[in-house]
Amino acid sequence: MTAAVTFQNVSRHFGPASAPVKAVDGVDLTIPEGSFFAMLGPSGSGKTTCLRLISGFEKPTSGQIRIFGEDVSNTPPHLRNVNTVFQDYALFPHLNVRDNVAYGLMVKGMARAARYARADEMLALVKLADYGDRKPAQLSGGQRQRVALARALVNEPRVLLLDEPLGALDLKLREAMQDELKALQHRLGLTFIFVTHDQHEALSMADHLAVFNDGKIAQIGTPQDIYDRPATRFVADFVGSSNVLPPALTRALGGPEEWASLRPEATRLAPTGPVTGRVTALRYLGSGTRVVIDAQGIDLAALVPSGHPVPAEGDITAIAFDPAALHLMGGT
Amino acid sequence: MTAILPPRGAADRLTGLFWRRPSLLLFLLITPPLLWLGVVYLGSLAALLLQSFYSIDEFSGVVKEEFTLKTYAELFRPQNLDIILRTLVMATIVTLTCAILAFPIAYYAARYAKGPWKAAFYLGVMLPLWSSYLVKVYAWKLILAKEGIIGWAAEGTGTGFIISGILSIPGLEGSSLSTSPFGTYLVFVYIWLPYMILPLQAALERVPTSMLEASADLGATRGQTFRTVILPLAMPGVIAGSIFTFSLTLGDYIIPQIVGDSSRFIGLAVYQLQGTAGNIPLAAAFAVVPILIMLVYLGLAKRAGAFDAL
Repeated sequence: MTAAVTFQNVSRHFGPASAPVKAVDGVDLTIPEGSFFAMLGPSGSGKTTCLRLISGFEKPTSGQIRIFGEDVSNTPPHLRNVNTVFQDYALFPHLNVRDNVAYGLMVKGMARAARYARADEMLALVKLADYGDRKPAQLSGGQRQRVALARALVNEPRVLLLDEPLGALDLKLREAMQDELKALQHRLGLTFIFVTHDQHEALSMADHLAVFNDGKIAQIGTPQDIYDRPATRFVADFVGSSNVLPPALTRALGGPEEWASLRPEATRLAPTGPVTGRVTALRYLGSGTRVVIDAQGIDLAALVPSGHPVPAEGDITAIAFDPAALHLMGGT
Repeated sequence: MTAILPPRGAADRLTGLFWRRPSLLLFLLITPPLLWLGVVYLGSLAALLLQSFYSIDEFSGVVKEEFTLKTYAELFRPQNLDIILRTLVMATIVTLTCAILAFPIAYYAARYAKGPWKAAFYLGVMLPLWSSYLVKVYAWKLILAKEGIIGWAAEGTGTGFIISGILSIPGLEGSSLSTSPFGTYLVFVYIWLPYMILPLQAALERVPTSMLEASADLGATRGQTFRTVILPLAMPGVIAGSIFTFSLTLGDYIIPQIVGDSSRFIGLAVYQLQGTAGNIPLAAAFAVVPILIMLVYLGLAKRAGAFDAL
């Protein structure tokens, strides 16, 4: 498998050299060709800067970036065979939808008839065949997103970058677009790299993901790897709001004296057990109820599936769990 | 506990009245400016239009108050056509020069200037507007005079031939820059430049950076981005600015009197016709010309798509 994008010890610092803000700090990363790769992290973690380093809107302070093996350190954005779907879509307001989509072909000098034909094909691909003559202002958020997608794909890039592509859409539309993006990526066989702060989106869409924290990569792997075997407390906490157990609590629950993570859905309530606590919060989720228990001063979340008895706030309950679900992270 | 709090006085009752009848507030707010616009502005414009259809008795010099197109026909006399054409050419090149000079300044201010540099930009652009127009024009007369700083510097650096070269171009002749039409042009550009920079800067400020990045991302060179994205999106600002520079040049009667070869422009013609010559109808007809020119100009700009980005 070839690597679509590789980062070798890449850093991007902002501000004065004496006290730099390290937006990206020594990142090593390999994104395989044809993968749907997610960069996940809280805001300010460096994920968007990494995306902008690939598109060329930022230059690395140090390190080397390669796209399909070629060093792009001295390549401006317009000569990189990658295209971006922007967070705010960045559609040109003075051009209609067809001209927006055909823009990339227009600047390459393709004749009008040919580029309009291509643009209409792309619009059909994103199910907006009849919208070519409209202005972006006349479209809904979801439709603008599709136009942005068509506009980025018309150039047949080898890598498509998506910056928080679904952030501005409502839940229903977001889920529909997630499926569509995934299907589109399968059909085109392109490398998609997308940035998100939404762990559910990253887990459900990506086949590989990198979790960013403070300009560094906390963990890279498949969604299952990261969800089931978080490498650090940060990853455990950020991806899927896991229970992070300090060594003493792990020990009390019958494990070794190490930091550990335990998923809420692997945590159960039991009448008796080694660790008990008081129920401090209940949140109904539809498919179940999330119960927060104060155990030795640590908030532990458990998921009670629908149909099972739910305790009341203030009840004392013991905690049980599936031993295989306890993931040890070392350290004391 | 009541659900309704007692009013605290007349102001509360008035606010309540406005809340129940929002149209009343709108009416009160908008009536004075509408009266101003309607009576003072449109009224005087109508009076002007009316006057332009009267004529003057050539022997008595008395205005004959009956409808005629004779006055408009007078505009087409060679010496009057000359004035209109000269003004039009001057306004056009002043506007073009202002747009070209203003663009990099406005672009820098909109995209790169931050904090104190932004403040310095606004101060730099606005500062000339705080001082008297007449003082600035007279200052320029001195700057451009034969003994002025430009002539002195040219003498000292041995570049006087450039000035003599400009002054020997047919149509720009004069004994110095301050008595050449080229001087008139320079002063026009200087005086109206801020009116071009400010709307242009406002328009450029509204172009998001992501739009320029999208253009580069899709393969456009900087030149292509400028032509196909920045310029069309800045066009409403350019047009807004050019309305100022164009119409102000069309109507100005002071600069051509002080700097230049005293050839007449529309503003100066109106000033002289309604004053010393007492020919109000012809002055009015002259004053209608810039209005027509502006209407045609805006119509052309609209057709060229200058307002598409609005």
